[in-house]
This record gives sequence, C-alpha cells and structure tokens, in this order.
Amino acid sequence: MFKTIVCVKAVPDPKRASEIKIDPHTKTLTRANVPLVLNQLDKHAMEAALELKSEVGGEITAVSMGPPPAAAVLKECLAMGADQGILLSDRAFGGADAYATAYTLARGIEKIGSPDLVLCGMASSDGSTEWVAPELGVFLGLPVVTGVKKIDESDGKWWQIEAHIDNGHRLLKVELPAVLAVTRELNTPRNISFSGIIKARKKEIATWDVKALGVPESQLGLAGSPTIISDLRVSESKRKVEILEGTREEKAEKLVQKLAAAGML
Amino acid sequence: MSGSTGPVWVFAEQNEGSILPVSFELIGQAKKLADELGTSLEVVFLGDAVRDQVQVLFAAGADRVYLGEDPGLKYYQPEMYTEIIVKLAKEHHPEIFLLGSTACGKELAPLVAARLETGLTAHCIDLTLDEEKQLEQIIPAYGGLISIVCPEKRPQMATVAKGVFPKPDTTEHREGELVLLEISDLKQQRIQLIKVVHEEERGVPLESAATVVAGGAGAQGPEGWAKIAGLADELGAALGSTRPPVDEGWVELDRMIGQSGKMIAPELYIGVGVSGELQHMVGIAGAKLMVAVNSEPKAPIFEQVDVGIVDDLQEFLPVLIKKIKEYKTEVA
Ligand SMILES: Cc1cc2nc3c(=O)[nH]c(=O)nc-3n(C[C@H](O)[C@H](O)[C@H](O)COP(=O)(O)OP(=O)(O)OC[C@H]3O[C@@H](n4cnc5c(N)ncnc54)[C@H](O)[C@@H]3O)c2cc1C
Ligand SMILES: Nc1ncnc2c1ncn2[C@@H]1O[C@H](COP(=O)(O)O)[C@@H](O)[C@H]1O
Repeated sequence: MFKTIVCVKAVPDPKRASEIKIDPHTKTLTRANVPLVLNQLDKHAMEAALELKSEVGGEITAVSMGPPPAAAVLKECLAMGADQGILLSDRAFGGADAYATAYTLARGIEKIGSPDLVLCGMASSDGSTEWVAPELGVFLGLPVVTGVKKIDESDGKWWQIEAHIDNGHRLLKVELPAVLAVTRELNTPRNISFSGIIKARKKEIATWDVKALGVPESQLGLAGSPTIISDLRVSESKRKVEILEGTREEKAEKLVQKLAAAGML
Repeated sequence: MSGSTGPVWVFAEQNEGSILPVSFELIGQAKKLADELGTSLEVVFLGDAVRDQVQVLFAAGADRVYLGEDPGLKYYQPEMYTEIIVKLAKEHHPEIFLLGSTACGKELAPLVAARLETGLTAHCIDLTLDEEKQLEQIIPAYGGLISIVCPEKRPQMATVAKGVFPKPDTTEHREGELVLLEISDLKQQRIQLIKVVHEEERGVPLESAATVVAGGAGAQGPEGWAKIAGLADELGAALGSTRPPVDEGWVELDRMIGQSGKMIAPELYIGVGVSGELQHMVGIAGAKLMVAVNSEPKAPIFEQVDVGIVDDLQEFLPVLIKKIKEYKTEVA
C-alpha cells in the first residue's frame, strides 16, 4: 500500500502575526493571543497527497510537531481527507530550530513506518527557513526536491518533477521514496466538506511524546538545536515622515509635486 | 591556515559558467570575517569548464579555491554537490560557511548542514563576530532584530540574499592557491536532472529599476492589485510586493521584496497597502526616497518612510494616476 506522510505545521495566523512583538525592555516576545492555523503551503501538500491517493490509492498520515493546540490543524487535515493524524508533542520538543524540528519529525516518521512519499510545504509562514524538508530528507536518508510545482507519477518508482529555480525551472526524475517540498502553483487546496468534518470528528489524533519516540532529550527541542537566539533588539528607522494633508485631490497633487521635484516623473 | 581557527568558506555559485553576484558579495564579507578571525578565506566552486573564472575569485579575496570540474557539475545537482562539499568540509573543518539565498543555495545549505550535523541560519541581513568571535547571524523577526549564534557546532552556516553586502573591491593580479578536486566515485543517483529551463523575467526588472511600486495585503484582491500595478505602469516602475500578494497568487514570487525575497535599493519606493513589517522593509532599506500609502494612520510603515499618505488605496490610486497623467501632459 502506498504510504504518504504529510508534514503540517500549526502557525500563528499570518494575518495577525504582527501582533507578536519584541518587548524592548525584557527582550522577550509578547505573544498576543494569536490563534494557530494550518500553514497555508501545507494545505497544498495535503491536496497533493489527496490527489495522488485518488490516482495510486494508499493511506495518508498527517504529522505535526507542536504544542497540544496544534492537534486542531491535524483535525483539519483529517477533514480534508487524511486517514490519520499524529501529533509529536512534548515540552522537550519546545524551542526547536529547523535542525531539531526536522530531526524530531524524522524520528516520528520512522515510527509511523517507511513511507513511499513525504510531502512538506515549501516554507512555513512563521519560521520560513525552508530548511525542514531538506534536513528531513537527510535524516530519513531520502532524496529531496524543493520548489515542486508539478508532479507526474505515471512512471513507476521514478517520478518526474518540475521544480523552481531562480528565473526558471528544472525538470528532474526522482526515485521514490522521496521528500518533496511543494509550492502553491502545484494545486488548489480543496474546501473542507461537511461530511469531512463529521468524519474527522470521529477520529482520534494520536499524541507521541519523548518516550514514544525513544530519543534522548539531548537531541530534541532547544537542547538538540545547534542554533540559539543570543540577542533581541528593537530596530529604529532613521527616517522622519512627512504626512501629506488635505483632500484626496490635494494629497495626490502634493505627491506629484514631490515626485517631480525629486526628478522621478 | 593560521592558529586553530578553521577557514571561512564561501560557496561560489555559477550559472552557465558565470559566478553569481551574490557569491562575490559573500566573498567580500567573508574576507572581513576571515581577517578578524586571523584565518584564510576559501571558496568552493563547482561547475563544468569554469577554470577561467578562478582568477576572479582570487582577485575578489579568495586565498584558496577548491575547484570541482566535471560535465556532471554544470548544473546544480543536489546529491553530487552535497556529497562533494560534505567530504571536503570533513577534511578541512571550516569555521564558517556562507551560501547565497538562491534556489540552489537554499536547498544545498540545509542538505550540507544536516549531513555535518550543524546549525544554519536562513536569509541573514548581517553577519558579524561577537566578543567570543562567534558568528552573529542577524535576522529580522517580531518587529526587531534577532541575533542567532551556533555556539558548539561547526561550521557556522548561513545563507544571505543578493544585495545585502556590497561588491568587494578586486585586486587584479592577486594570487591564491588552486586546489583541484577529484571528481569520482559519486554516489548512486536518486535524482536525475533532465533539463534546466531559463525563463525571461516579465515586466520591469526589480533589481535595476529606479522606481519601485510595491503592493501589499491592503490591495485586498485582484482588483485592488490591478490598481497598484496600474500605478507602477504609469510611473514606468517595477512592480514589487510583500509576501501576502504572492501567497494569494496576485503576483509571481520573483516580485517579492524583503528578507526572503529581493533586496533592492531604488531611487524611489512607493509602498501601497503595506504595513511596514521589518521582513519586508529590510529589502528596501537602501532606497533614497520612500513613500507610503496606507489607510491606517498608525501603520508602522509611517515610521519608516519619508512621505506618507493616509488614504484608502482603492480611492486614492485612481486620483493619483490621473494627476500624474495631467502633470505629464503639462510638461510635454
Ligand atoms: C522568516 C520570515 C520571512 C519573511 N520574509 C518576507 C519578505 O521577504 N518579504 C515580505 O514582504 N514579507 C516577508 N515576511 C512576511 C512579513 O512578516 C509580513 O507578514 C508581510 O511583509 C506583511 O505584508 P503586508 O504589509 O502586505 O500585509 P499586512 O501586514 O497585512 O498589511 C496590510 C496593510 O494594508 C493596509 N490596508 C488595508 N486596506 C487598505 C486600503 N484599502 N488602502 C490602503 N491600505 C490598506 C493595512 O492598514 C495594513 O497596514 C516574512 C515572514 C517571516 C516569518
Ligand atoms: N513543527 C512542524 N511540524 C510539522 N511539519 C513542519 C514543522 N515545521 C516545518 N514543517 C514542514 O516543513 C515545511 C517548511 O517549513 P520551514 O522550514 O519552517 O520553512 C512546512 O511547510 C511543513 O511542511
């Protein structure tokens, strides 16, 4: 049976992410109550898994590393059509950089069993390192392709992939099992149906902690992260703004004068 | 190599045989770091028939160049490139290793870092050394700047976008040591490159444009976006964007300005419906004149520009475009 694993991240709602700020005095983050949502690009990864399932059959497992409320995004994946959801959650996973995140996900994926395909989003909206998929590939010993915009699965174990490069694209073949990091051009994520919600409601999200993974804490979370934040600073702009006042017409007029004076018209 | 500190490394990326500008910019900054550390600057350079480029690397500051030449290395191939670099790094123990934030660099850097079991920082906007001579990797986040260090693992790895560091001065006949890599016994390939297709950039290129009009989430949809694009057209400007319009599919990814997009320094920047998040603003910090149009008087962008207009872009842009047209006919 064709086994697909989709890595999904619960991220602070990007529309409200700017509410998370550095406190200049304590140098810590002031987290307003920004709700967690399913990372947008991971919806495209889920959609790709579902479309492939309708072609080649099999089973889709959505996996996420995050705090307990991240279970909600796995429920959303179940509602889209995933067969099961697994949350990797433990205090010891906290503070993970991309390396420790990928490491933890790799150990979780190994516990789920050997996949035929691992799908990730190209980037998370909060971390946005684009590192997790490649590092995951290394830790799983699988080939990785990032920037995926087209998948042709017609040729047995060698899939043909179109992926982004700067100013163009590359066409390549990758041997399965593999890790693919997908972009928004790949597909349009489906809307969640009412029956999907009902189905998801009946399913449990399994939660695996450090013990379940059987990995020493020294390799996980903050302890397992090679990089650490050493300083937080508030940045100040040196510019001083002049706000143009008046009616709409007057404001436009004044701006045109300024642009003309600067030789920009 | 002097003392116990390993060399500073830069990966020189080439496209059709020419080294990318970002690689030279990194060499410039890496040279400063290497001097401060009292160590050498070394460049890893892979390609096919590219030996004629090596002197340029020496001229830009490389003390040593590791050159891997093979028809199979003409284009970036993740498995081969990773294998070669990992092997080399295990032999020479670089202290620092920098790569450009290109499509290739962004994939190659984590592949190498994970294999070397070390840390990596994405899209840095500055690289300095702290008192302990650790690499301080600066990124914007949460309305401020964050320094990231990698205290125990080596090399300290980072990717940096084009335009963050200036082009280095070159010394034409500067000499360096060329080390030719033996390219053999490359591992069995699970990824096979079929072809690479270069696409022409559509529209006015962002990086060379004198004027850039950047739109943000404030466009609220394709219609609002069309108005912003209309302003860019009227001004003969390049169209830029923040991240949300790219995520929404109103505009291509290659139009994104900022930490994980393009870093540019136009004469004039006009941000429309842009809130002023630092991850975007670092991309245009070098602009001469900066203008913002935003309906929210408290939008943070008003603290970061020279001229501000508080208005609804949907209403204001048509009026502005009309006034620009009038001005143009007057002058003509
Ligand atoms: C690691 C990382 C890297 C990132 N890299 C980048 C990057 O390279 N580039 C980038 O841009 N972003 C980047 N981001 C995202 C960045 O944090 C912000 O989310 C993004 O820049 C916000 O875009 P925006 O200003 O368009 O949207 P918003 O913050 O949503 O702002 C929209 C603005 O439009 C205004 N507005 C609304 N309606 C109207 C109207 N009718 N008329 C006029 N104004 C209106 C609002 O007042 C608001 O100020 C990155 C994020 C992370 C975590
Ligand atoms: N905590 C996480 N849990 C599950 N998947 C993740 C997690 N973090 C990142 N990913 C996956 O890695 C992709 C890239 O994330 P990033 O490297 O943070 O930009 C995301 O789109 C997800 O598919």
